[in-house]
Amino acid sequence: MPFWFIKRLFGALLIVFAMTIIVFVGVSVIGNPADILVPPDADQVERLRIVTALGLDQPLWKQYLSFIGNALHGDLGTSFVFGEPALKVILQRMPATFELAFSALILAILFGIPLGLYAGLRPHGLLSRSIMAGSILGFSLPTFWVGLMMIMLFAVQLGWLPSGGRGETVDVLGVRWSFLTADGLRHLILPALNLALFKISLVIRLTRAGVREVMPQEYIKFARAKGLTERRIISVHVLKNILIPIITVIGLEFGSLIAFAVVTETIFAWPGMGKLIIDSINSLDRPMIVAYLVIIVIFFTTINLIVDFLYTVLDPRVRLESGG
Amino acid sequence: MTAVLEQTAGVAASSRRGAILSVRDLKTYFATPAGEVKAVDGLSFDLRAGQVLGLVGESGSGKSVTGFSIVRLIEPPGRIVGGEISFKGQELTGASLEEMRRLRGRHIAMIFQDPMMTLNPVLRIDTQMIEAIQAHERVPIAEARARARDALGKVGIPSPEERLKAYPHQFSGGMRQRVAIATALLNQPDLIIADEPTTALDVTIQAQILAEVQKLTRDTNTAVIWISHDLSVVSGMADEVAVMYAGRIVEAGPVAEVINAPRHPYTAGLIGSLPSRNRRGERLRQIHGMTPNLLDLPEGCAFRTRCDHADEACRREPGLFARHGHVHRCFHPCREDA
Repeated sequence: MPFWFIKRLFGALLIVFAMTIIVFVGVSVIGNPADILVPPDADQVERLRIVTALGLDQPLWKQYLSFIGNALHGDLGTSFVFGEPALKVILQRMPATFELAFSALILAILFGIPLGLYAGLRPHGLLSRSIMAGSILGFSLPTFWVGLMMIMLFAVQLGWLPSGGRGETVDVLGVRWSFLTADGLRHLILPALNLALFKISLVIRLTRAGVREVMPQEYIKFARAKGLTERRIISVHVLKNILIPIITVIGLEFGSLIAFAVVTETIFAWPGMGKLIIDSINSLDRPMIVAYLVIIVIFFTTINLIVDFLYTVLDPRVRLESGG
Repeated sequence: MTAVLEQTAGVAASSRRGAILSVRDLKTYFATPAGEVKAVDGLSFDLRAGQVLGLVGESGSGKSVTGFSIVRLIEPPGRIVGGEISFKGQELTGASLEEMRRLRGRHIAMIFQDPMMTLNPVLRIDTQMIEAIQAHERVPIAEARARARDALGKVGIPSPEERLKAYPHQFSGGMRQRVAIATALLNQPDLIIADEPTTALDVTIQAQILAEVQKLTRDTNTAVIWISHDLSVVSGMADEVAVMYAGRIVEAGPVAEVINAPRHPYTAGLIGSLPSRNRRGERLRQIHGMTPNLLDLPEGCAFRTRCDHADEACRREPGLFARHGHVHRCFHPCREDA
């Protein structure tokens, strides 16, 4: 493993560690979970018993130390609400969110890159301008509103697609998946599209900008002078150059797809992590919130590492510089 | 036989015999908001197999546009608006895009000015060379690779087998230009258009590249159009030289004649401004004035406003005067003893 990678790995661990402190302090100031968890008619003794059982009577730094100690053993605390390990509850919901985020990512690539290529190659055409105008809409319309409009149109008015839930699922490797059944796929389309809309716009704009930057380069002219077909020039010479920024952004955006699936999951009643965190915040389920945020941070840093690594595969110049 | 001729029917017909490339009255204009820029305006010349033609002129004289017009790689708003380009009997101005593609790299190859920019930074050298072969022939990849390796060896790149796996940034500028030349030679083209291929290189590397191209094209009887602003480079390697000014050829002929006895005052000025031609301690001679604005050319002879010989006669368009295959476009040519 190259030295730079070990350095990056160490930095990533440091970020996760620093982040746990911020989350822990942040969560402890937003309210006392005892107020919500303890039944209103409980007496002082009962209340004290619950507070002690949850460890809320300890000073914050002690709570934090025991959290870190447990976390190093893979225990991120026990949910106040579910009474189960927070990690387990989150992991149960994770496949649903992953399924949604992956579908959105695939849609973003499938629509974004071809549309962006077209818009970049014919920048003045009517269709190109429509694509770009559409991408501005995709950027600026709020996700929740678009989601509601989609439900209104496709579920309520036209009745083509279901408005929420995962539909029929299939068990593969002990995990439930929607995309393997026709019914599940029908349930997946609207939320995935809703979540992908912003990313599609982003990929369109990135691709178009990349194409516009690469096309006038001398090496494209040289490729033409070699007698290459336009197809080869675009699919190899242009695409491989613009893939560098696109991979970066798609990679980084995958983290945010998972994190921001919150809105889409809530609207489409998609039983994933996003819906779980909203419920947990409402019930001030502290271990759940902390565990969720820690997992999200680990995601982001891992994705960053992978993107850095992919960079070196795609751009030979990065490889040499970092190898030295 | 002369390289450059006026478009008079009889002369043109006779000159086409034996020519692999014949350009007649080529006009390439650029439509800009400020008006139509006549980058190339009525250009004619012929090129025989194995012949090296030096195309010389200042920046903006239309020499590069001429090169790109021949392979039809003029980018909008540029457009070939008139003339004929006949390559081995095929008319190129009307050829389809696919016909042009098959020609490029296979029969007419190009070498560009800046070797730092001509190779794709994210593709390995072998990829970029093999695709140049496979674009024109159905060749197994191993065979194409072997050809690429041999071509690299031929242009003087040490351990070509390993270098094939390298990326462009791992090469120096001179080495990259060698790779570009090797790529151009891969399909043994009949014509190479070299657009200032040594301008961006160190002087010592320039000489090596020049010698290399000279040797390789002589061995394979490849014709070359060597575009340059540097008369001394061209004089060392070309058989014929054509001097361009404001989109037209103002003088052309065998290289020794043009260099030793220039007729057009502009050519004389270019030669006079070469440092090697000036005496030590003397001020360098220069052509006064600036390259003319192509949107606002003087009436008649375009060089008139910068010329010491100019008079009332020059307000008319000068025709092409020819003598022993040495042509010039001037009413008041320099005398041969000048």
